[in-house]
Amino acid sequence: MFGTGLLKGLGVTFKHLVDTYKDDMQSTPARYQGSDDRGKGLKVIDQPVDQEGLLTIQYPEERRLLPERFRYIPMLIWDTETDEERCTACGICAKVCPPQCIWITRATDEAGKPVTRPQDFFIDATICMSCNYCVEFCPFDAIKMDHDAELASFERFPHLVYDKGELTVPLDYYAALWPVQYAEEQERRAQEAAEARAKEEAKAARAAAKEVKEETPAPEAKLSRAEELKQKAMERARQRREAQS
Amino acid sequence: MSDIVAPTATVAGPLDVAGTLALVQEALPDAKPVSAGPTDYLEVAPDQLLEALRVLRDQGGCDLLSSITCTDYLSYQGRARAKDGPRFEVVYHLYSTAQGGDCVVLHVPVDDGEPLPTATPVYPGANLQEREVWDLYGLVFEGHPNLRRILLWEGFEGHPMRKDWHEAYYEEDQKPFRSRHPRADFARSEDKVPWGKNTRYPADWDPDDWQEPVTYVPVSQDPRHSNGTGDRLSTESVVVNLGPHHPSTHGVFRMVVRIEGETVTALEPDMGYLHRNHEKIGERNTWLMNMPFTDRLDYINSMSNNWGYALAVEKLMGLEVPERAEYLRVIMAELSRIVNHLWSIGFILNDLGALQTPALYAIEEREMILDLFESVSGARMMCNYLRFGGVHRDLPAGWAERARYVVHERLPRALDQLDDLLSGNEIVNTRGRGVGYLSAEQLISLSVTGPMIRAAGVPYDIRRCEPYGVYDRFDFDIPTLPHSDVYDRYYIRLLEARESVRIVQQALAGLPEGDILAGKGGYVFRPPEGEAYGRVEGPKGELGFYLVSDGKPNPYRYHIRAPSYINLNALAPMTVGYKVADAIVILGAIDIVLGEVDR
Repeated sequence: MFGTGLLKGLGVTFKHLVDTYKDDMQSTPARYQGSDDRGKGLKVIDQPVDQEGLLTIQYPEERRLLPERFRYIPMLIWDTETDEERCTACGICAKVCPPQCIWITRATDEAGKPVTRPQDFFIDATICMSCNYCVEFCPFDAIKMDHDAELASFERFPHLVYDKGELTVPLDYYAALWPVQYAEEQERRAQEAAEARAKEEAKAARAAAKEVKEETPAPEAKLSRAEELKQKAMERARQRREAQS
Repeated sequence: MSDIVAPTATVAGPLDVAGTLALVQEALPDAKPVSAGPTDYLEVAPDQLLEALRVLRDQGGCDLLSSITCTDYLSYQGRARAKDGPRFEVVYHLYSTAQGGDCVVLHVPVDDGEPLPTATPVYPGANLQEREVWDLYGLVFEGHPNLRRILLWEGFEGHPMRKDWHEAYYEEDQKPFRSRHPRADFARSEDKVPWGKNTRYPADWDPDDWQEPVTYVPVSQDPRHSNGTGDRLSTESVVVNLGPHHPSTHGVFRMVVRIEGETVTALEPDMGYLHRNHEKIGERNTWLMNMPFTDRLDYINSMSNNWGYALAVEKLMGLEVPERAEYLRVIMAELSRIVNHLWSIGFILNDLGALQTPALYAIEEREMILDLFESVSGARMMCNYLRFGGVHRDLPAGWAERARYVVHERLPRALDQLDDLLSGNEIVNTRGRGVGYLSAEQLISLSVTGPMIRAAGVPYDIRRCEPYGVYDRFDFDIPTLPHSDVYDRYYIRLLEARESVRIVQQALAGLPEGDILAGKGGYVFRPPEGEAYGRVEGPKGELGFYLVSDGKPNPYRYHIRAPSYINLNALAPMTVGYKVADAIVILGAIDIVLGEVDR
């Protein structure tokens, strides 16, 4: 019949209007899912999947609840437990980066020898494609994905080329953004540390047993002593650097 | 609701690839069979190409020329090839839509400057792809009706896919670049060239007196005007540019249309505004680095794109994918198909003048699916979720329940609502039925794939005809519709979305426990030498990845058979004779996405 399509269409549109209005009204006080992750006190809204109408989010006063795995621009982790950065400047993130937006300079000690710390660490946020590879392949859990997507600025340089200072965040910040992954990671790290300790102890026990047997130190022990000296030197270098800064 | 009952049909049986190749060899004793990794192909001399194609089409039953591309073997480092052979090889993939099964592959070795015949007399669908090979490799196809540049502009210098062509700001042949680590002397190119010029022009090029060496008259159709009757009343035909910046062109796409009154008499698609030479970037990248780049092709369906690429690499490496990962892939790809079809339905209606309302209702459901993608992969659109041999991460807690609600409650309801609202609508019927007709034979000869040919009654779907992943385990139909017009192209998408909902329901119910990644993962892959063609039934048609490995950590050749690009072959024949307003809808019903068309 002529005009039925029109009426039907108006009916569907009207139903959408009513649903959305009803849901928005009903859930206005209860729809906030706590405050924003970064402690700015912003109101966060999660659209329930089983709700007919769509909630209206009054951006920027209100935000959408981001899932934990949301990824945007990488951040570097400052390990507050050991009070040093986790990055060892191994360069894997720079190697796997598809648009090659990461570049790293390795730090050197007093004698000019490279140490396992980055002197500089840059990410060009205008090129980064948020692919997550640097996070996925970092063996030291040193680089993670930030949720902050509001990077707009007037100039590309230098605002959007982030250096180490701008990229580094404390461990707690990461733990708050990625609670599930952080818990899994802590468990794994603790396990790995325990394994490493057990290995070390076994090695020490073996070395001790060997020392009793032989007067001359085994090459293994020699190596481990060299390692120890190196560790001490690095520790000293670090202390000196900290004293300077 | 529509009164159409969708018949489901199945294909006859897989094509006997070895037998078909033997047919060609029988006709052409000079053709040389070659085996490269997982692929067997025939090497045919340029002067015998047309004969070989005719044999394949007329005797072998290969009615669809799927992909034409080229490889430049200038810097090939593998051991499997002779160093002194011809520099280029043009590669043809063909298959049978009646029988299904694997592709038949032909290689035509040619030297630089040596012409080869165009395949357009046998397969008119070779048109756009041969132009692309000319544009990017500089190979001349003799007899091609319109051999002009297609992705690049006419004044461009050089043919960029050649291995000895280097772009501005060229740094190294392969990533990772050493300047990033460990050399640490990286300087941004923009700093070195303060005015930011990042292109090169021919030496004699002067922007002031240069004129584009093409006319605005479409050249692939007869541009002459005639009113047919020869009487006094004569009208003038006009050339109109639709696009490149018109919302109805779905991106930066231009249709040069010659119209007489309101009627389109000729049409020429013009593309390449979004061209970034994706394939050259892909050959600089390592194998894994390409995965997030594939997201950016058809940016509505990153999950399907990932799958096509992963499939091709897994073929090369012989990787087995764990069961759970296969199920996850199916779930993600089908959700992505639903997203695409909802989007596409919404925008066909947009083009019909139902501005935004149906599109927004469709997008409402899409948002729910994107929420699911985001919580599993971390991104709504650029998912980068698949890896070679599996998927990146397992499902987070509560994901499956949410997804179950979406596919059992929300999506059936939403699709019913769209069907109820749109399928019987008077305007949709008047504007859609009988508009943009092209017969199934014509569509196939123009290399069109996907929902377009299923709306013309061809039950060809790679998920059924050459099943990949675990598609053979699910109960679903391949809907087809008979009329091959805009209305059927709209309605087939609704039907396919319903089938996808069925697949996801089954996959969620049968999702097994277990590993999600085969092998040890890692970021360095060195597939053994050879070539592979991985193809999936993308929501827009056959999405194929043609890869050549020389055993190094970077792909030697990385080519994408982009469905929305190749489906544009049919745009002009489909539109000529209809009104300008119909041209918009006909383009909308092809469902193109410019990230994939222009690459």
